[in-house]
Amino acid sequence: MKKELLKFGAFALLIMLAPLAFKGGYLMTVLVFVGINTMLSIALNLLLGYAGQISLGHAGFFGLGAYLSGVLTATYGWNPWLSMALAAVIVGIVAYLIGFPILKLKGHYLAMATLGLGIIIYIVFNETVDLTGGPSGLSGIPNLSINGITFDSDLKNYYLVWIFALLMVLFSLNLANSRIGRALRAVHDSEVAARVVGVNARLLKVQIFAVSATFCALAGSLYAHTMTFISPASFGFTFSVELLTMVVIGGLGSIYGSFLGAALLTLLPEFLRAAHDYDIIIYGGLLMVMVMYMPGGLVRGIPELYRKLLKSKGKTALKSEGGVEHA
Amino acid sequence: MLEVSGISQVFGGVTALDRVSFTIAKGDITGVIGPNGAGKTTLFNIITGIYTQTAGKVLLGGADVSGLPPERLARLGLVRTFQNIELFGGMTVHENVMVGMHTKSSSGLLACGLKMPWNMAEERRIREHSLNWLDFTGIPDLADVTAGNLPFGKGRLLEIARALAVEPQIILMDEPAAGLNSQETLELAKLIQRIRETGITVVLVEHDMELIMDICDRIVVLNLGRKLAEGTPREIQDNHEVVAAYLGEDE
Repeated sequence: MKKELLKFGAFALLIMLAPLAFKGGYLMTVLVFVGINTMLSIALNLLLGYAGQISLGHAGFFGLGAYLSGVLTATYGWNPWLSMALAAVIVGIVAYLIGFPILKLKGHYLAMATLGLGIIIYIVFNETVDLTGGPSGLSGIPNLSINGITFDSDLKNYYLVWIFALLMVLFSLNLANSRIGRALRAVHDSEVAARVVGVNARLLKVQIFAVSATFCALAGSLYAHTMTFISPASFGFTFSVELLTMVVIGGLGSIYGSFLGAALLTLLPEFLRAAHDYDIIIYGGLLMVMVMYMPGGLVRGIPELYRKLLKSKGKTALKSEGGVEHA
Repeated sequence: MLEVSGISQVFGGVTALDRVSFTIAKGDITGVIGPNGAGKTTLFNIITGIYTQTAGKVLLGGADVSGLPPERLARLGLVRTFQNIELFGGMTVHENVMVGMHTKSSSGLLACGLKMPWNMAEERRIREHSLNWLDFTGIPDLADVTAGNLPFGKGRLLEIARALAVEPQIILMDEPAAGLNSQETLELAKLIQRIRETGITVVLVEHDMELIMDICDRIVVLNLGRKLAEGTPREIQDNHEVVAAYLGEDE
């Protein structure tokens, strides 16, 4: 437990100090996105990596949070903090109600159903032009502000987004190491055995689905208020797939893995820009190689690679670690 | 303790169980035996809420529990183990047993995520108390091993430890000796008797006749979906119908 807290402390410190290295550069903007994507991939990982339930519609919940915040503030002049809280609550309730019928499905059928849900939400954004502005988007969303500080620069937004992201990391780590986290993993490994020892698998799956959707909605609100402009294109099916890729590349069932996956997939396209037209080929190729050679994701693959490198240099004083870590 | 009354189960026109009734007394070790296809596992799946029967009732401590899902039955004190052990393979042995204490703890999802003080105290209690069950089944040294890496015999012990962590009144074991060597079977017999000594009622489905005859107080024999006989091991051994069902009729 102590070790877990130290690890989180180091991680939080690293995040808080990162702007010293990148301040002023255009990378700051990208790092804000890394924060938002970290929240989203943690949300999906709680559902997929822990409870073992897939969703291909998470971009929809992200979009719902963004649009609820956006419309309430830009069109109706609500307080941004209030609309953010309301968006989170509404999306949580909606997910909870949808969760009961949809999570009765398993495997491919659940993937199809959540895919459909995401597409429906996407179509609603596009078609309700009077409310959302349709395909051309919604602009004029106000920045968040507190005590006279308005979050209108990349640096301020970085801290705003990452404070939320770090709180989500902490919440998720706590959850993972609790009776609920264990019950979720138990449902993942053997649903029937989990039920036989008294775990209400159905309710638990719905609860984690709702929490996951709420996290997405919060990320969506933050996205809307930091960008001040949103359009449906950001919340389509392709983004749901990108989130799934982040979770898998980072490491299923690992909170820090979700950060690694989000960071890699957000930063990689920026670095690959140098390759001009070939960037998408290199990007796809890298992902394939990573999935093939790091099936446990970056969070397990990197330490393993490091150990192998040490070994090849002839250093044998290595600690072998047992089991798969769930943190 | 447990009463099965007129249970019938029809699978698409095939009658798997036909009006089976019997009563299991508190504190007994009861064996359910029968040739392959007699309906033993089907009966177990009905009692433990995995299937819903076509007709008949299951009474637990006098209350009708027919059709209740397994998680509700666990809260009422009824647990089971599986023929092809069902472990949480990605979790450690210790964590497996900790999941067994799910009904003995109550912190909700938010309390767990926010690490409320009462949740911390409960977590400590779960962590410490669950070790007792590993001691009871004799596998405390395996606490940190990933359950998926356990040999079959140890996996069986873990499954029993996890079921005991529920602190049940009655435990149903589906062929606990299947896949065990003779040494492991002997230890299993001792373990089952120690479980009974703690006041837990035990029901076994088993093919190992030696084990059944040694440790059971009463035996129920099923054949072709019907109850063929019921009685003490002695009575069952002397029952001509039972012998005929197992060895075939004399022509």
